Amino acid sequence: MKRLLPMFLLVVVLAASSSARAETDAEVAARKTALDLAGAFANDGFKTRDGHWCGTVKPHDHALVAVNLYAGNQYWFSAGASEPSAKIAVNVYDETGKQVSTETHNTGDKAAAGFAPENSGQYFVSVDLIEGQEGSFCLIYSYK
Amino acid sequence: MIRLTRLSAIGLIGVICTAVGAETGQLPADQLEKAVRSDSISIPTPAELFAALGKAGKTNWSSQYRGPMPMTYRNRAQIALNLGGLIADGFIAVEAKDGQQVKNIGSDIIRLAKALGVSESLLSRGNSINEFAEHNEWDTLNEELEATQNEVKSSMQSHADQDLVILVSVGGWIRGTQVVSGAIMKNYDERSAKVLRQPALVRLMQSKVNEISPELRGEPLVKDVSEQLTGIEKLVSFPPGKAPSVDEVRKLNEAVGKLMEKIENKTIAK
Repeated sequence: MKRLLPMFLLVVVLAASSSARAETDAEVAARKTALDLAGAFANDGFKTRDGHWCGTVKPHDHALVAVNLYAGNQYWFSAGASEPSAKIAVNVYDETGKQVSTETHNTGDKAAAGFAPENSGQYFVSVDLIEGQEGSFCLIYSYK
Repeated sequence: MIRLTRLSAIGLIGVICTAVGAETGQLPADQLEKAVRSDSISIPTPAELFAALGKAGKTNWSSQYRGPMPMTYRNRAQIALNLGGLIADGFIAVEAKDGQQVKNIGSDIIRLAKALGVSESLLSRGNSINEFAEHNEWDTLNEELEATQNEVKSSMQSHADQDLVILVSVGGWIRGTQVVSGAIMKNYDERSAKVLRQPALVRLMQSKVNEISPELRGEPLVKDVSEQLTGIEKLVSFPPGKAPSVDEVRKLNEAVGKLMEKIENKTIAK
């Protein structure tokens, strides 16, 4: 059954849309890229949340998403770009806006940041477009 | 194909080169204010809260079950709030690894969701929940419950019931907090108690409730929930790093317990 999990997760997550508006093809592509990356963490016991954020980011700019996390859990934030040539990064900030130390994984159109919060509360995740044209991006997260 | 997916996932883990990022940046307050705050990613599921509590020690999840609730609510806001609470109950049963309880709650979720006239495809979700519960597939059940919740919300949005979406999340958070604060009270330790610090989350839910239509906001139960959230926000506001005392946990548990009673009470909302 464990072998089926990544595939099942992908199907469930793609099938259940939780956003008010229909997603564009580019956003669906970005989400698939993010899910590909999150699948790796799923094999390490991380549960991928069905909820996600999709939007656009301009060159050398970032999108900022607020999340509420629990001390005791570990988290990975995975982002994907619709354009394979894009180079992106994910960073995490605490409730005061101070950047927190994370493990990172950046490979062009997909990037992730992982950490275990010491305090429960609000954090901010930024998806940074380092290189490439304005395009669609999707952010999802996993926890264990 | 399945084998290939698995292999590609393993391959990804293989190529992940992790590095510890330096703490260099500081975002200004105006940027933090403008951050995206959405129901789908900014509000955690009860399962995340339960996972965090589970790290601190063994929790007797089955002692947190509650009795059956009426399935005959007519008020749509009350149904949405109870639906969120029931989904949290589903996560509790998964934590307790209690297949029969998961199946019972799964049936109740579908019944309540049908009362809101949400999509027929939810019926297949009910079947999946039963099947996964039969086979003790607990991780998959967590995914399925969240997917069910999102499908309910998605269906509400397509039926012009988007105002009810936040009420499902609020109901789930209240029930989850009732259970976790109850468990912490029974077996207090500072590490567990720290999970209760969530002032921004309560503020977010309150602001989303304030955005719903004036008609729905004017309903007695919704008004009550909104007012109570103001008091609850204070009860979950501790300085970072400080754990609430047993007494503070008790006060929070009483506040969310009272609110849960009102949400369940059939006579309160017409």
